This record gives sequence, C-alpha cells and structure tokens, in this order.
Amino acid sequence: MQPLQSVSGRYGPYGGRYVAETLMPALDELTEAFEEARRDPAFQAELDSLLHQYAGRETPTYFASRLSKELGTRIWLKREDLCHTGAHKVNNTIGQILLAKRMNKTRIIAETGAGQHGVATATACALMGLPCEVFMGAEDVRRQAPNVQRMKLLGAKVHSITSGSATLKDAMNEALRDWVTNVRTTHYCVGSVAGPHPYPMIVGYFQAIIGCESRAQMLAQAGKLPDAVVACVGGGSNAMGIFAGFIKDEAVRLIGVEAAGDGIATGRHAAPLCAGAVGVLHGAKSYVLQTEDGQIVEAHSVSAGLDYPGVGPEHAWLRDTGRATYTAVTDDAALDAFQQLCRTEGIIPALETSHAFAYLPTLAKELGPDADILVCLSGRGDKDLETVIEELAERG
Amino acid sequence: MGRIAAAFENARNENRATLVIYLCAGDPDLDATVELAVAAAESGADVIELGVPFSDPTADGPAIQRAAERSLRGGTTLAKVLDTVRSIRRRTEVPILLFGYYNPILVYGEQKLVDDAADSGADGFLVVNLPPEESAGLREPAIARGLDFVPLVAPTSDPRRIKQAGEMATSFIYYVSMTGVTGSAASDLASAAQRASALQRELGRPLAIGFGVKTKADVATVSPQVEGVVVGSAVVQAIEAAPSTEAAVTAVRALVSDLAGGLSRR
Ligand SMILES: Cc1ncc(COP(=O)(O)O)c(C=O)c1O
Repeated sequence: MQPLQSVSGRYGPYGGRYVAETLMPALDELTEAFEEARRDPAFQAELDSLLHQYAGRETPTYFASRLSKELGTRIWLKREDLCHTGAHKVNNTIGQILLAKRMNKTRIIAETGAGQHGVATATACALMGLPCEVFMGAEDVRRQAPNVQRMKLLGAKVHSITSGSATLKDAMNEALRDWVTNVRTTHYCVGSVAGPHPYPMIVGYFQAIIGCESRAQMLAQAGKLPDAVVACVGGGSNAMGIFAGFIKDEAVRLIGVEAAGDGIATGRHAAPLCAGAVGVLHGAKSYVLQTEDGQIVEAHSVSAGLDYPGVGPEHAWLRDTGRATYTAVTDDAALDAFQQLCRTEGIIPALETSHAFAYLPTLAKELGPDADILVCLSGRGDKDLETVIEELAERG
Repeated sequence: MGRIAAAFENARNENRATLVIYLCAGDPDLDATVELAVAAAESGADVIELGVPFSDPTADGPAIQRAAERSLRGGTTLAKVLDTVRSIRRRTEVPILLFGYYNPILVYGEQKLVDDAADSGADGFLVVNLPPEESAGLREPAIARGLDFVPLVAPTSDPRRIKQAGEMATSFIYYVSMTGVTGSAASDLASAAQRASALQRELGRPLAIGFGVKTKADVATVSPQVEGVVVGSAVVQAIEAAPSTEAAVTAVRALVSDLAGGLSRR
C-alpha cells in the first residue's frame, strides 16, 4: 500500500480534516487555489486595493486616554470596528470571495452567529456579483435582527435554523449539509479560524493584516511593542489575526478572552479553551464543550458571535504550548465593559468585543500603570443595542 | 474471513447482491434495537449497519437526525451501544457494522473501542467523518483485531482517492451514490450504479451503494450492477411512523422482506 498523502494543516495534534469523503476533494482544490493565489501578484494587488479602497483599511490604532485613566494603565485600540460593515469579518470575506471567483464557483454559502460574518459575506458577494445564502440559528435571527435585515438588503437569502440549540453550531451543521450537496458549484465561506484544513490557515492568513498593521502602528505611535495583546475568542479569527503580528515577539503576552456566560461553574458558558476537552467538531480537532460520552453540548453566551462550543485549532495549540493564555468573562462583566467603553471613549463596541474589554481591569491591576495593552476592537455594537437594553432592563 | 466478507460471499454464491440495513441504535430505545436488528436479519438483511448517534450529524438528513435526537434523549451512549451489540449477538450471527461520527470514538479511546467492540461481537467500523488520511488510529488497531474498516468513495472522489479506498478496504467499500446527505431523493440511481459497477471491476473489491436507495424498485435498479445495497432513511422512517415497538418490528419485517425481494438474480 502506498503511503498516504499527509494532511498538513496541523497545529501540534490539532486541526486536520474530519469531513465526509465527498468534501475532501473540494478541500484539496481550495488548498491549491489558495496556495496559487497567495503567490500571485495580481491576486495580492486586487485584494490590497479592495481592502484599501472598499473596506477602508488600514484601520487606526487609537490611544484610549480616558479609558486608560479609568483603568490606571495605557490602553490602545485596534479599530476593526471602523472596517466597512463594522467588524473584522470583512477582511476574510473579501479574500475568500476573490478565491471563490478564481475557482469559478457560482454560489456562496456561509454560517453566521452574530450576523457580522453573514453581513460581510453578503457584502463581498454583492460587490463581486455572486449569489449568497446564509445559515443562521433561529435564536440568533431573533437577537441579531438588524443584521438579518442588512443581509436581505444586500441580496442574500437567510435560512433560519431551528435544529439543536438554534445557534451558531447548528447553523454550521446546516451549512455543511448544504455544502456536501452542492459542493461542485458552491464555495463555503467559513467565518472563523475553525473548520477543516485549509480554513483555519486561510482565514488566519486574511485576518493577519490586523496584527501586521497594529504592530507597525504601536512601534510608530507608542515607540514600543505592547506588553500584552487582548482579544475576544469565539471561533478565534480576530484573536488569531491580531496575535499573528506578535507571535514571534516572545515578550508580548497574548491573551484570549472567552465567554463565561452565566459563569464557568454553572456549566452555562462558551469557553472550550478554559473549560472544555479535546474533541472533533466541524472538521477539526480542538477543544470543545462536550459530555463524557463525546456528545457536543450547547454553549451559552449573551453574545451570539461567541455562542459556540468549539474554537479554532491554532488556539488549542497556543494554549497547550503556553504561547497564549486564555481566560473567560461572564455576561454581566461584558455588559459592564460595554457601557464603560461607550461612556469613556464614545465607542459602542460589539458584545463579542466587550468580552475583551471586560478582562482589562484585572489585567491593568496586574501590569500596573507603566504598561501598554493593545486590544482588538473587533466590531461595533449597533447590532446589539436591543439585546443590551433588554439585558440591562432585566438586571434592573 | 470476517462475518461481513462472508455475508458478501454468501450472497455472491446465491447470485444476488448483499442487503445492508441501517438502524439507529437507541431509536426508539436500545431494547427495541435488539428486536429490530433480529427482525431485520430474519427478514433478509445480510448486514446491519448500527448507527451510533451523535449530537451533530452533519452528513445526515432530517430523518436520521431525528432518530439520533430521540436516541440521545433516551440516554444512549457508545458503551450502551456495545451492550446492545452483545445482546443482538446472543440471538443472531448477522454481521454488525458500527456506523457513526468520530468524536464519540475519540473520546471513548480508539484502542479501547476496538477491544470492546471485538469482545461484544461487532464486526467493523464505518466512520462518516474520518477520511483515510485521519483514520490510522482506529483502522490499524481494528484490522489487528480482525475487524473491518470500511472506506467511502463519493461521486467527487478523484482517481487517487478511489485507489486509496480500494487499498484500504478489508471487506467492502461504501459508494455514496450522490453528493448530498442521507435521505435525499435519488437523482439518478441507474447511472450511479453503473459508475459503482465500473469501480468494482477496477478495484477488484465489492462496493455497496447507499444514499437515495429507498424502495424495492430502487434495490432492483442497482442490485444487478453492484454487490451491495444499503437502505437507511427508509427503515428509520418506518420505525418513526410506528406507534409502538411491536408495530415497528412488524413494519421493519415487512419493509426488509420487500426490499430483499428486489435483490435480482445477477
Ligand atoms: C465583532 C465580532 N467580534 C468577534 C467575533 C467572534 O469571532 P472570532 O472569534 O472569529 O473573531 C464576532 C463573530 O461574530 C464578531 O462579530
């Protein structure tokens, strides 16, 4: 028997390709197209020009002086909320839809939780003239209604998924079922650094621009690298994007913040890196929330974009090797941080992003006044106003 | 020779195709699964594919999704499925192929599962989301214990992947008739069967064709061309529609005998 072609896309023991045979050739095709595109100056030029002229890159790094004062340290914000569509997700979708066109795919599908990736995919599809269908859990359709309206205006068809927990995990299940059916014509635009190889690699590559820009900006504006870089972690794409710029700078601490929901001890959370176990979900090996018998359990978070029981495989490896550390903050802490950023800086952050901010008081205390902390402000919070108002009313 | 290979040989000697029947373990409950498997075997099933339910069955359509949900709600675990295999084995020698997704297997422990499955009387594994490249950890210990590892070939598989599946198969190869999930309507079974037949000759291995085979007529369409025929969702739907376990057993007996009647002389 011939030796098997080895599947790369491993991060230590994590990652890989745990998918139906039907999809394996499509993943090979995508890997090949990506490797070609990344070496093709014409592709790079088109991507650069769209990111610059259409998506509004580069985004600023901003010194948040009033928040800094309140927390007693120096806080810098990488302003991904200023990207077109209001979150970092568009960095990835412009890249992937360009790739899909290169592969002559005629139809695009995507999963979405908060709706930001759905909106970013619908946007890139409108821009490049491709039909787009988005799978979204019914619970998320309810709590992220403005994004559903935006996707529809952008010409996308939104499928409301009622199976399971009716959130991001179930939307991804349905997207995979669609893909296995229509794989010859359809590109599946995965929204985070999750899924089977090559998705974690591709999405990580398109998001690395966050870290690449912000490293140069810190050197220019602060005159030094940050002491710590903080980002929220759902699937892990904004965190992987900003970490990418600093991973070789070993003195820079990398900190990912997961959603602790009602609290880790309650079991109602979305923190696989902090409180999950190794498993295989949606095509990759990583940490997942599961029972002792290997059944996936529902995640819980006030934030739709973090409400997912899995996480990208590279984060699992960064966790095990200690290069990055992971912590989790509750819904309550995220809601407090949301209001604090509104009040101190005049910036309304996404609920996802608010989780990164909720860890800052702890970190500021630890690092002291003479530290520079760079936070990935992954998205803006207009989509969350209704949820926040409801949640705050409930809390009195 | 393992029980599965023997079942294919037996069918070949009778000049007919092998009938493989899928049951979701624990639907409606594990005691019922024993009765349903025995009934299927007595009514003409040559091989039982025993589904191990998973919370996120991304390759399955609504019928098998619902069956897995019912089973998990009833508390089915992989360990209990192996107990069920043991109970079936006390009643019949029908080959039992464990069919499922990788995560419960990974969490159980691959070597431990192989040992426990062999002890319980199971005959092999088919893992939907474990392609050849990721399969060594289960496949190698399974083969060492004399269990089968069944690879899949899909309509999208290229020649390299088809060859790989042929080299990896210990009994048969599962041929997925179409791009899609289980329970989808058959697009063109006749031409799928023709492709499967060509692959069978090329690889020198028996293929069983599954996905979209629901009725006696479907079985009659594909069975002259292919050595094996798999029926899943239609069986699961018959069980779902039955108001009691006794009614489900009766319905499965009737359905399997009917399907077996479509296994034409070759
Ligand atoms: C603004 C924002 N930040 C973060 C996330 C979480 O995703 P990831 O961890 O891939 O960055 C989302 C997902 O919807 C989001 O919309």
